[in-house]
Parts: sequence; structure tokens; C-alpha cells
Amino acid sequence: MEFEAVVGMEVHVEINSKSKVFCGCSGNFHAAPNTNVCPVCLGMPGVLPVLNVDMVNKSVAVGLALNCTISRWSKLDRKNYFYPDMAKNYQISQYDLPLCQNGWIDIEVDGQTKRIGITRAHIEEDTARNTHTIGGNQSGVDFNRSGLPLLEIVTEPDIRSAKEALAYLTALKQMLQYLDVSDCNMEEGSLRAEANISVRPVGQEKFGTKTEVKNVASFSGVHKAIEFEIARHIKLINSGGKVVQETRGWDADRGITVPQRLKESAHDYRYFPEPDLVPIVVDEAWEQRIRESLPELPAARRSRMGTQYGLSAYDANVITLSQDTANYYEQVVAAGADAKKAANWLMVELQSLLSAAKQDIRDCRVSPADLAALVGLIESGAINGKMGKDVIAEMFETGKATQDIVNEQGLSQITDTGEIEAIIRQVLADNPAQVEQFRSGKDKVFGFLVGQVMRATQGKANPALLNDLLRRELSRQEN
Amino acid sequence: MTTPLYKKTAREIRDAVRSGAVTATAVTEAHLARIAEVDPKVDAFTQIWTDEALAQAAAVDAKVKQGVDPGPMAGVPVGVKELICTRTGKTTCASKILENFRSPYDATIIKKLDAAGAIFLGKVNMDEFAMGSSTERSTLKTTKNPWNLKCVPGGSSGGSAAAISADECAMAIGSDTGGSIRQPAALCGCVGIKPTYGRVSRYGLVAFASSLDQIGPLTKNVEDAALSLNTLCGRDPLDATSADLPVPDFTKALTGDVKGLRVGLPKEYFTEALNAEMREKVEAAVDVFRRGGAEIVPVSLPHTDYAIATYYIICTAEASANLARFDGVRYGYRHPGAKTVEEMYVLSKSEAFGPEVRRRIMLGTYVLSSGYYDAYYLKAQKVRRLIKKDFDDAFEQCDFVMGPTSPIPSFEFGAKTENPLEMYLADIYTISVNLATLPGISIPCGLTASGLPAGLQMIGRPFGEETLLRAAHCYEQTSGITLGEPPIA
Ligand SMILES: [Zn+2]
Repeated sequence: MEFEAVVGMEVHVEINSKSKVFCGCSGNFHAAPNTNVCPVCLGMPGVLPVLNVDMVNKSVAVGLALNCTISRWSKLDRKNYFYPDMAKNYQISQYDLPLCQNGWIDIEVDGQTKRIGITRAHIEEDTARNTHTIGGNQSGVDFNRSGLPLLEIVTEPDIRSAKEALAYLTALKQMLQYLDVSDCNMEEGSLRAEANISVRPVGQEKFGTKTEVKNVASFSGVHKAIEFEIARHIKLINSGGKVVQETRGWDADRGITVPQRLKESAHDYRYFPEPDLVPIVVDEAWEQRIRESLPELPAARRSRMGTQYGLSAYDANVITLSQDTANYYEQVVAAGADAKKAANWLMVELQSLLSAAKQDIRDCRVSPADLAALVGLIESGAINGKMGKDVIAEMFETGKATQDIVNEQGLSQITDTGEIEAIIRQVLADNPAQVEQFRSGKDKVFGFLVGQVMRATQGKANPALLNDLLRRELSRQEN
Repeated sequence: MTTPLYKKTAREIRDAVRSGAVTATAVTEAHLARIAEVDPKVDAFTQIWTDEALAQAAAVDAKVKQGVDPGPMAGVPVGVKELICTRTGKTTCASKILENFRSPYDATIIKKLDAAGAIFLGKVNMDEFAMGSSTERSTLKTTKNPWNLKCVPGGSSGGSAAAISADECAMAIGSDTGGSIRQPAALCGCVGIKPTYGRVSRYGLVAFASSLDQIGPLTKNVEDAALSLNTLCGRDPLDATSADLPVPDFTKALTGDVKGLRVGLPKEYFTEALNAEMREKVEAAVDVFRRGGAEIVPVSLPHTDYAIATYYIICTAEASANLARFDGVRYGYRHPGAKTVEEMYVLSKSEAFGPEVRRRIMLGTYVLSSGYYDAYYLKAQKVRRLIKKDFDDAFEQCDFVMGPTSPIPSFEFGAKTENPLEMYLADIYTISVNLATLPGISIPCGLTASGLPAGLQMIGRPFGEETLLRAAHCYEQTSGITLGEPPIA
């Protein structure tokens, strides 16, 4: 029997608001434990939550970017359960009236575009973090994370493979980064993804029994976990077994999912409207204000830049992957660089330097103007491509301007015919055997001779000129 | 013979302190002495902050000396209900679970009163987490009714009412979720007002039922209630449910006449549930208004019968979540024998919450649980809207609704603790007001034959406190009724 997978994703995104969602504490949870806390996010007696408007603005922006309907009227609810990481033993969330509903996002898999439905996106507060490693049998709770603003984004069960899930996460992350609402760092937990997975025979309408996979700390982990889980379901069914509806955790070390005994399993959350907060009312004017403030979104930018700069679909894709790279690229071109060459230098040389240094393009010391100058110098023949690589490495390292490096290191190419001719003559005189071989028809030796000349000039000879002059000298000596 | 300082009203004290005729220190000392004299019998105060109070008084006196305005509540000695968060002293909610709890912050109203020059004498008793109508549910002590020490002071703000009645302070902070200010005020013979929901910030009021709770003052007379509201009311950025409305000078509403006001008498409040003596007092009050030129209008609040059931579903549902935080993890009582997280929850809560609190948490958990939510909580919310609509309709015909505060006067200790339902009936006239988020005031309207106070309740339109104060003040001035001094015996 042939099976198809049905996957839905739930993603929690930590929104980069300056303060927590219901109090004025800083949103920086990297601080020393329990330093970004106040009576509200500690759940002290008598405190009240006040909704952070910036969180609403950013959530609406995400909703609009995901083509959602923004609720004119939505509310917050209490989700009740006991756990030491819950300051109040209820979490303020949105139950039946989320802020954003019924949207979609397009993803690209193997060159095909596919639309993934977004069921909802809603506001909630993060929990604190429990640590069980304090000596002996003690546990600690760090409330710095308690009350951080979270947006939970839920898809329709439209995803059919691990590959699609990965493409969805990539597209979502790109979107969120374009909106500048989250740093989407899965390792640090500012983006957390859970997948609901089931399989069914191809052609069957009805969904199979689903399992929920949590505890994945990377994009590649999501891919592997879904792949594993799909295979596990199919194997189970094929061997006459049944999939049990349960929550499973991804064990990255062993590369398997394992059943999770969860704090909330089979819980009755007893949701009810949060009486301490008033409804969230986003009127048309408010929505319009945010719509107008949206940046150019990934798909639009991709297609515009493709056309405007004559980029291939692949190049446009890579360059617009992050807004910072796209901005950088456009600045390089604006500084006068040839669009195609700029794309190559950015995607190949600069990118490999950035990856090796694990650096963000935002922190790159090579300014767009310098990269443009470099592309210009190569185009004019002032330096060759190989030199260019050395120059960009130097610029990356020191942040010096292009021309300064070229001048300092005397990197300008030798374009003086007389100077090159003198060196050629010397090389030919020093290598009579090779000259003889060349004359007897061994063309390969030509390359050796070129290399010798290059070495003698420390690579500064203009390669085209060198070729020309060397052939001319060889034929001259023959006659 | 001059009136002792502890007998003076808040307004008299404020004026005297401001003018320099008397020092805040003298006022504070007089009240501390009064507490020392009578509180061993009344047991209203749970904490007495002698040093802190005298320091506050000294600060007020220093301002007066420097010619700086010491504030509209200058020198007024205040008792604070045990569930208002204060950096000073403890905030126990009269519960074992918070028996040693010290709040790291001051409630908004505490900050406001402090800025206005009020002096905090200490904290006063209440039913545990404000759940009760007699203050018998306190784990701290048993507060007595100054009019008869064998009788309850009402509740849950029983300590606040008893302290005012026994002249231990000039103003006491109470909180009212279903009548917890008005009912004890009625039973102890003082004035208590529950403002409109949203009038006073709830920040720092330990929540019982968030959609019903409201802080208010208990005072010796109506003018002091108006004066106190001037300081207590107003929008608070820390309370999203606080109303963004200007706060009038409530004392300006005290015109002394009720001419032209329409007084609505709901027929549902005058049934056989109402004690005959109480009915007589209320009817006499109606005559006072009629003589004063008010128009008496019969009105109907048809959903009154459903109020108690509706109230006990909504308040317990909210309480079940509000009280969940008392788990022994971050503060409060943690059972020493707990070996697991679950045991920590179960043992701590089972041991440190009293029976009434446990009952309400369980009831609230039940009405919210899946399969019962629609039948109970959702239905109760619908009925709540109908109850509110009853009042909206009544206010088409009248400017305020009047009736008894409590169906019965105070009762002896233990008389109603066995049967919780009977205790719940003590709030039959007051809880609708919270459900409808309206303002309500209780003022004394005489003594029963056995010498216990009776309370008259007036219920106003949303944010119609001025009308209530005007009517209550006029009644106070023209009815000729004065209770005199409680015997404290
Ligand atoms: Zn905080």
C-alpha cells in the first residue's frame, strides 16, 4: 500500500518586544537568572497583567504578512494547569478567538510553489524555565523567560513531507525576519516547532491517527524527526500494528522519537476568558496603519530583484533569503558594481568568508561600497580575479578600503609589455629543456612556462597579456 | 467637654491637621490608644504598625510646619484589609497559606493614600481570601461586632467595619466581591460604598473574583466616604480594567437635598425573605425620601432569584484560577512533608486553605471543567447579562434603586457556619450589584429592638456614585436617625 503523510505545524515564536507581554520587564532572558522579573511575571498576589501594545502591533504585522484575517475583536483566556514553571498556574493565551485567522504562506519545494494554510496565530505568554541540575534533589526556576511574548502560529494539515515542513519553516523564518519581529533562533528557543504527523493510504480522505513531535532544537532536526516519524507510522501499519495518539520527543542523539510523559498530557485546561484584561479591539484604521508599515516581503522582493538586476531565479532566491543580504546587495549595485558580478562576489567569496567566521552580514567589515570598488577594479583589469580574492579576504579581516589594500601591497597587475617580455626571456633561458619539449609539440608545457612567469612576477602579470607575449616570444625564437 | 480625637470624622481630622489646629501625631496617638483600649474586645486589628504610623504622622506634621499641603487625607488614620498588598507588615489574606507573606510592593491605593497624607494604623481582619459573610473564616482571630460582642461583624470586611464602628480608625479599606463592604457596614452600623467596577484600581488587591472585586472605603459618615473616594478612584495604568474617566470631587455632590430624584423600589427585595424589623426600617427610610421631595417608583428586577446561583458559579470559577498561584513554589506555605511536586501542591493546599476556600476552589474547578462549562459557566455569564439588563431597565424609570443591605441583622457566632448555603443568603441583596458592576452604598437606618444596626442600600447607575452619595448624605442629614455609640459589650 502506498501512504501519504499529513503534517501540521505549530510554531511558537518569541517576539522581540522590548518588554514582556504583560509587564514592563525587559525581554532579554539571557540575563542572570531571576533578574528580569517583577511581581507580575512572578505571579505575586494582587498583581494584574497589562497587554503590551507593541506585541499586538507585531502580531498583527505577522498576521497580515501571512495573509490572515485580523480579528476586529479578540480576547485573552486563562489556560489552567499546574507546573512550577507557571508563575500563576495558568497561562494567559487565546483560546476560541485568536487575533489572526485563516491565512496562508507559499513555500517552494523542488522548484514547485505550494500554498500552506495558516489556521491561526495567537498571543500568549511564555513560561519560566526549570532547571533540575542544582546539586542533590533540588530544582530551580528561572523566571526571566516567564511572560515573554509568544506568538503561536498553527498551520492547516497541508504539509505532505519532511521536505515541505522544512520549506515551511524556512519560509516562515524568512518572513518573521523580514518583519524584524523575532531572531528565530531555534537553538536558543526563540522559535520552537512542533509537528503533528499522521499517514494515510493515498486516496483516502480520512486522516490517520496522529502523533505530536516536540523537543526539536534545529531545522534539520525537524526534518529528521518528521522523516523518522512518517517511516515509523508506515512500518507500524504495514506490520499490522496501530499508531497510538501521543506526544513524542525527538532524541537528537539517537535520531529517534520516544514517547513523552508530559506535564499536560490528557489535561483539561479549563479555559475561560481572562477577567483581568479587556478585549483586543483592532479597528480598520489600526490594521491599515500596520499594513502600510509592512516592509517589502520576501516573495515580492525576490521577483522585483530578479527582474531589476537580471538575476537567475536561484540567485534571486539566495540573495533575498535574508533581508540584510538583499539590502547589502542592492547597496553594492547602487555603488556602481555590475549586478551579475556583484551577485557572484557576494554569494561566493563574501558568503564563504562570512560562514567561515560564523559572522552575520550585518557585522561584515567589507562595506558595500568597497565590494563595489573591488568588482570595478577587476572589471577594469587593474587587478585579476585571484588578487581580488586576496583583497576581499584582507578587507574582511581588517576593514580597510579596497584601493588602500591594492596600493599597500603593490597588487596592481603588471601591464607593462616591456617588463613582462624581459621576464619571459629570462624564464625561457632558464628552462631550455621545456622550451625544446614545447617545440616538439608538447603543448602542455606552455602552462608550465606561464606558471614560471607568474611566479617570477608574484602573480601580478596580467594573464591575458602574459599568454599573448609568451606565444609571441616562443614563435619569435623558433624562427 | 471636647470630643476625643478618635471620635472625629476623617474630614474633621483632615481639616484640623491641615490648619495646624491638631497634629497628625496627636491624632495617630489617640487612635493607637483607642485600639489598645477596645481592640482586645473587638479584635478588628490583626497588625498594628505603631512605629510606621507615627513616622507617617511626623512626615505630615513636618509638611504642615513647612507650609506644604499635606494632602486631602492628611492625618486620617486608616485600617487596611488583610488582602491589600503593603510593603509594611504582612499581607496574609487571613489564611495560613500566606501567614508569613510580605508583599514586595504596595497596592496602587496604598500609594495614593500615602501620597494624600493618610496614616496606616495597621491591618484589619477578614474572612480567608474574602470568602465569607461573617469574618468567622479568618485564621487570624475572631472579630466581634461592637454592638454585641456575641455577634459577628459581617464579612468579609468584618475587621474594617468593626474598626470603624468602635472608633479605632476614621477610614477603613474594604473590598467587595458580593457585598463584602456593604454587608459588614450594615451589620456594624457604618457607611460602606462599593464603587462601580473599574472606578478604583485593583492592582495590589489579592484577587478573589477578578470580574467582581472592587475596593472601597468604610467610614463613619457619607461625607467621609465621598472624601475617601476622591483619593481612591481613578485610572491606573497597572489595571487594564480600571476606567479611564475623570474623577469628580465627590464631596461636591453632597447638596443636602433629594428633590426630584426618582427612587426605585424593586418588588423582589421586599419578599418574606426580608426580616420584618428590617423591612420596617427600610420603609421608614422610604418615607424620609418621600418627605424630602423624591419620587418613589416601584420597579422590578425579575432575575433577582438567579443572582446567588449565578454569583457562586462565576466567583468560584475565577477564584479557582486566582488561587492556583498559592502553590508553595515561590512564596507562601509549603508542606514540609512533600516529596514530589504533586505532593507539594496537594499537601500544601489541603493543609493551608480553610474549608470554605477549598469548597469554592473545587466548585470553581468543577464548573469550568470540560463537559460542564456550557451548562454552568457559560449559562451563568448569560444570566449575568440578564441581571445587568434588569438594572438597565430599572434605571429607565429611576435614578437609583433602594432596599435593605442585608435581609437580617447580625447573628451570633456559629449560627450559620454549619450550613454554607444559609450564609450565602446573607448576600442576597448585594451580589446582584457586583454581577451588574454597579456602585452600591450601605448606610445605617436604625437599630433593631435588640440593639443591632440595620443597613439601607442604594444602588446606582454605572459611575453614578455622585447620585448615591447625594441621596445617602441627604438621608443621613434629614432622617434624624443616629445610632449613638456601640456598647462594645
Ligand atoms: Zn515582569
